[in-house]
Amino acid sequence: MTDAQVVKRAKYKSSVKDPGVRGILKMTRERFVFMPNDPTLPVRLNVEFRLIKGHKSSKEGSNRPALLNLTQDQGNYIFEFENFSDRELCRDFVAKAITSSGEVGGPTSEKAVPLKDEQLSSAEMERRIKLLQEDSELQKLHKQFVIGGVLSETEFWATRKKLLDVNASRKAKQRVGLKSDMIFNVKPSSDGQSNRVTFNLTPEMIHQIFAEKPAVRQAYLNFVPNKMTEKDFWTKYWRAQYLHSTKNIVAAAAEAAEDEELAVFLKQDAILASETRQKIRKVDPTLDMEADEGDDYTHIPGHGLAIETTKDEMEAQYEPYKRSFLQDINRHAAVVLEGRTVDVETGDTRSVAEALASSKRIELAKEASDGNVHQERLDRITRMAEIEDLQAPRDPPVAPLCIKDPRDYFDSQQVQLGGTRQVKSRLSTSEAYGSLRVYISEIRNIGLSDPIVKPEVAIKVFNVLTQNISSSKYQLGKNPHESILDTLPSVTKEELLLHWTSIQELLKHFWSSYPITTSYLYAKVSRLKDAMSQIYPKLQEIKESVQSDSRHQVSLLVQPMLQALDAAFAHYDLDQQKRSAKSGEKPNGYV
Amino acid sequence: MKFQIEDVTVYFPYDHIYPEQYSYMIELKRALDAKGHCLLEMPTGTGKTIALLSLITSYTLSKPSNPVKLLYCTRTVHEMEKTLAELKLLHRYQVESVGPSARMLALGLSSRKNLCVNLEVVSAENRDSVDAGCRKLTASWVRALAVENGNVPTCEFFERYEKAGADAVLPPGVYTLQDLRVFGKEKGWCPYFLARHMVQFANVVVYSYQYLLDPKVAGIISKEMQRESVVVFDEAHNIDNVCIEALSVSVRRQTLEGATRNLNKMSQEIDRFKATDAGRLRAEYNRLVDGLAQRGNLPLGDTWLANPALPDDILKEAVPGNIRRAEHFLSVLRRLVQYLKGRLETENVEKEGPVTFVNSVNSHVGIDQKMLKFCYDRLHSLMLTLEITDTDEFLHIQTICDFATLVGTYTRGFSIIIEPYDERMPHIPDPVLQLSCHDASLAIKPVFDRFQSVVITSGTLSPIDLYPRLLNFNPVVSRSFTMSLTRDCICPMVLSRGSDQLPVSTKFDLRSDPGVERNYGRLLLEMVSVVPDGIVCFFVSYSYMDAIVNSWNETGILKEIMQRKLVFIETQDVVETTLALDNYRKACDCGRGAVFFSVARGKVAEGIDFDRHYGRLVIMFGVPFQYTLSRILLARLEYLRETFQIKEGDFLTFDALRQAAQCVGRVIRSKADYGMMIFADKRYTRHDKRSKLPSWILSHLRDAHLNLSTDMAVHIAREFLRKMAQPYDKTGGGGKKTLLSQEDLEKMNGTEGMMF
Repeated sequence: MTDAQVVKRAKYKSSVKDPGVRGILKMTRERFVFMPNDPTLPVRLNVEFRLIKGHKSSKEGSNRPALLNLTQDQGNYIFEFENFSDRELCRDFVAKAITSSGEVGGPTSEKAVPLKDEQLSSAEMERRIKLLQEDSELQKLHKQFVIGGVLSETEFWATRKKLLDVNASRKAKQRVGLKSDMIFNVKPSSDGQSNRVTFNLTPEMIHQIFAEKPAVRQAYLNFVPNKMTEKDFWTKYWRAQYLHSTKNIVAAAAEAAEDEELAVFLKQDAILASETRQKIRKVDPTLDMEADEGDDYTHIPGHGLAIETTKDEMEAQYEPYKRSFLQDINRHAAVVLEGRTVDVETGDTRSVAEALASSKRIELAKEASDGNVHQERLDRITRMAEIEDLQAPRDPPVAPLCIKDPRDYFDSQQVQLGGTRQVKSRLSTSEAYGSLRVYISEIRNIGLSDPIVKPEVAIKVFNVLTQNISSSKYQLGKNPHESILDTLPSVTKEELLLHWTSIQELLKHFWSSYPITTSYLYAKVSRLKDAMSQIYPKLQEIKESVQSDSRHQVSLLVQPMLQALDAAFAHYDLDQQKRSAKSGEKPNGYV
Repeated sequence: MKFQIEDVTVYFPYDHIYPEQYSYMIELKRALDAKGHCLLEMPTGTGKTIALLSLITSYTLSKPSNPVKLLYCTRTVHEMEKTLAELKLLHRYQVESVGPSARMLALGLSSRKNLCVNLEVVSAENRDSVDAGCRKLTASWVRALAVENGNVPTCEFFERYEKAGADAVLPPGVYTLQDLRVFGKEKGWCPYFLARHMVQFANVVVYSYQYLLDPKVAGIISKEMQRESVVVFDEAHNIDNVCIEALSVSVRRQTLEGATRNLNKMSQEIDRFKATDAGRLRAEYNRLVDGLAQRGNLPLGDTWLANPALPDDILKEAVPGNIRRAEHFLSVLRRLVQYLKGRLETENVEKEGPVTFVNSVNSHVGIDQKMLKFCYDRLHSLMLTLEITDTDEFLHIQTICDFATLVGTYTRGFSIIIEPYDERMPHIPDPVLQLSCHDASLAIKPVFDRFQSVVITSGTLSPIDLYPRLLNFNPVVSRSFTMSLTRDCICPMVLSRGSDQLPVSTKFDLRSDPGVERNYGRLLLEMVSVVPDGIVCFFVSYSYMDAIVNSWNETGILKEIMQRKLVFIETQDVVETTLALDNYRKACDCGRGAVFFSVARGKVAEGIDFDRHYGRLVIMFGVPFQYTLSRILLARLEYLRETFQIKEGDFLTFDALRQAAQCVGRVIRSKADYGMMIFADKRYTRHDKRSKLPSWILSHLRDAHLNLSTDMAVHIAREFLRKMAQPYDKTGGGGKKTLLSQEDLEKMNGTEGMMF
């Protein structure tokens, strides 16, 4: 271990809302100690990691406290750190300490097995924690077995290597689009007493402003931090917005004349204008209204009737300051539609601005070199020109299937099949088998007479036997998506599902440990067996607790689980016998 | 499919046909046989265009000895593109089934701005600069100079086209504007002049209304079209307005100032010519003495917008003596401009007829009617003589001459209105002198006279008997078709109250009521959460839309709408609007859904389709009446009452309702499509308003949907959308067939034959 202890400044809190006590947190491998700065205070902690069951931490964010919560059987310890990097360090340390002390406290005391002593990078740890946070089921399992001591952390994750790998290989999951709201279109809040108004600006807003107003972005890159500070920059920006919102073009022009930086915000966006010119060339000709204008000889200035012309004919000097809210709305919607083009953390304003600027350049270059656009457009027009229902569809209308990782898709399909349908099919075969046996035994008793059974008796037997099947079939038949589970009370349902997943998890580990070659595996198997035998009676309990009408269905659900467990126990016993038989021959062997 | 209508074999590019398309074709064929004009109203979304195109082209194919040429007029360039796309489909099918004899030449024609491939010229920002840029390179005197001096720039495309001479032809096929440009670039020929040349030989020409209706443009483009042509005006519900606009001129202060600058420039030029090349001016004078206002056959590059008056009204006589000399003509124009300046100084609204106006011009500045009449041609001749190429600089003086010529030519159907300021903004002086035409039949008359068949068709021509009166013609066929629906795929509703049961309306006293604005906002807000994909909203005017969007922004309604769907808005800037529309379609395509705010009578309402998922709901906020205090409108109403005995109220309602119907009609394109239409104004509940809607909307407007509040409308919308999402039988099994196959048609023909 490189760092045997960690010392950090932190606040101890009894609850999240508690202001907390300042002090020093010191962690060693076995225990952690908290000493308050003010020695008179009674909060002094000295806790062994053995007693700590787990840890939680708050999400990272600029304005959130960096919290670490160490959970115990009763109560927990909350620490607030000064910054996130401190918290990170302590959390990793705690995670390691808990695992090692868990091993110490576990049923076996074999620490020397090399497999266990895995050094975890903080990134690895992070990923695991994230996975647990995202998947509540996984978290439940983790809590039940790892914290419950049945499996070690490593063992638990060993069967989920793929999950870790896959996530590592595609870090970027589906990207989140932009919000439809115009979030920067906010009204200033005023305190009501003075003439001051306050604007609140968040990184998300800055991102949106930069994306929608390339001139502001350019100005930021030009001015900050050489010419003015970031704060001045945004003050100017909001000043311009404020002027704009008053709709007093003359005043805006006057202000702009005095202050050239302010003028940048007040004037129309030149970068945007050039982009517009680029785009208009690629527009679908069936809605190109600009072309109309080029064909309209009636509206030569002065011709035709002056209908609704622009009434506010401003003098030319104010022209650049004219800007309408409607334009802003259109621009906003266009940007949202383009989607998030850059993948930068929205924290750093400058990097956001730079990333947006460069992505725009790339896009323009790409568009310039793109030749197929024209052909696509033509195809599209031809498609649009057809009247759909007069013509039989040319080819079956299929949407191209886009699966990012085919494994995900097929695995999930299999899980579904294995999870629900197999149970059902097993029901019918076992039931068929049962009824066959009844018949055979009956024939044995009565012998083959003619008729074999009296029809009334037969129908009675048949009814009794099949009542449950038919009722469940009947219920199921009504809605193909409904399963027996849905008809059960939700508590039972959840319990069943939980047991199902935990049995699966345990069995996975159980079977994967055979053949037993090391004493470590042996210990693991026995641990697993104990855990399984604990679940066994619980299942029985569930079976008995449900009401009689659905008991049959529940037992049908529970049966395969029990069978699977039985098979495991049988195997275990068999193996145990073999072992004890062998152990005589190998007195100096494993335990 | 292929079927017979009487003696014509119709080739139709689809496997099925709607019954109304079939009957539309029958009526159309009768009109063609009778060589007369016709008026056909068919609901939008029933494939009018393709029915029309396939019948007329098939008609030509069946009668090769007597081919008819099709002049197809659209309102806008993008409609032109749509029509040509359908024509391409049809042409491909006809060539496949008939063979190479079915090949034809079809092309779209537009201005230089849309056709030019010379990068330097076309990069100019507006049409007039492109026109002028082209003239600078292609005018005959520029090219003559270039022969002597290699440094004078010319247009390589035009030069190569000229060199190719008679070889420069378009092979048969269907050419959109884009295709023409591509072809031109490939061959190195100027597409604009090539297209203008090929128009004479083409079987189908698709162009804008103005190329036939506006005498200035028609005079140079359409003058050589043969009589055996079929002229189609598609989406013709506004044709009367186009006709009126084509003959109207307005003069502002800026126009007069610009005209004065132009005159100064021209007099400098005259002085220069006097010093260097006095012979030119003398030659011009002699030509004018001979009675040639124009120089006969002008070289292609020198053509100009033609005389603004209609061809029949232009006098074929010599230019009056007192304006033959260039400097005399300039002084006449100076006096005219001075006179108009004086008239604009007025403080009251003035209205007078052309005769009074001409008399007053004569008595004040001594310009008689005949001189006025020749102004335009005289100016044209002078500008050619002075070798002026930057025509975009000289638009102002052209406007003045247009005005003079029109005022000197017509004595009735016009009035001159001088307004010192806009009625809505009395504190801003903005004097304007308008020559406004009231009689729509004037501009269209030559078209009716010249061509054997004129087809006027649209989804909204109700009441259909009004159009022959407005346009003064006798149709041989006048019919309104209803729509046979497989299922009730349109759902019109009249919403008269908001969710708080208060009436909603854009009536003048109610429109800026915050309660009404809020109720309108709530309606949209409810609808965006119920309706999938695209929603289109139409407002009564730009100013109203601007006000209500701002008010929704203040109250936070806009923000809530944006949480559901993206918002796009039509602005007065066409480039911006085009991009907004493009993005709107993208948003609908990708499933995000969007709302488009637009204006009735605006450019979008005129010709953009919101079919299929691009528009599942249209909301018409208010009744789009014209601005009733406008002097021009009042003058027109007076004229209509006196001449055609049409009541003011009737005409206003008719006009507003055709606009509303046009707006909502944009959602449906085929019977597989579906959409809802909400008329959100309490005035639609009144019978006299509602009954003016076209019959295909009225027949689906249930009595229960006549007086709804917001919550009821939302409920109906939910039900409707759920119903429409179900699969259905497209052929409309059972009693009524709504989709006919070839066999069905043959069977029908068989039974008809037996009946006769």
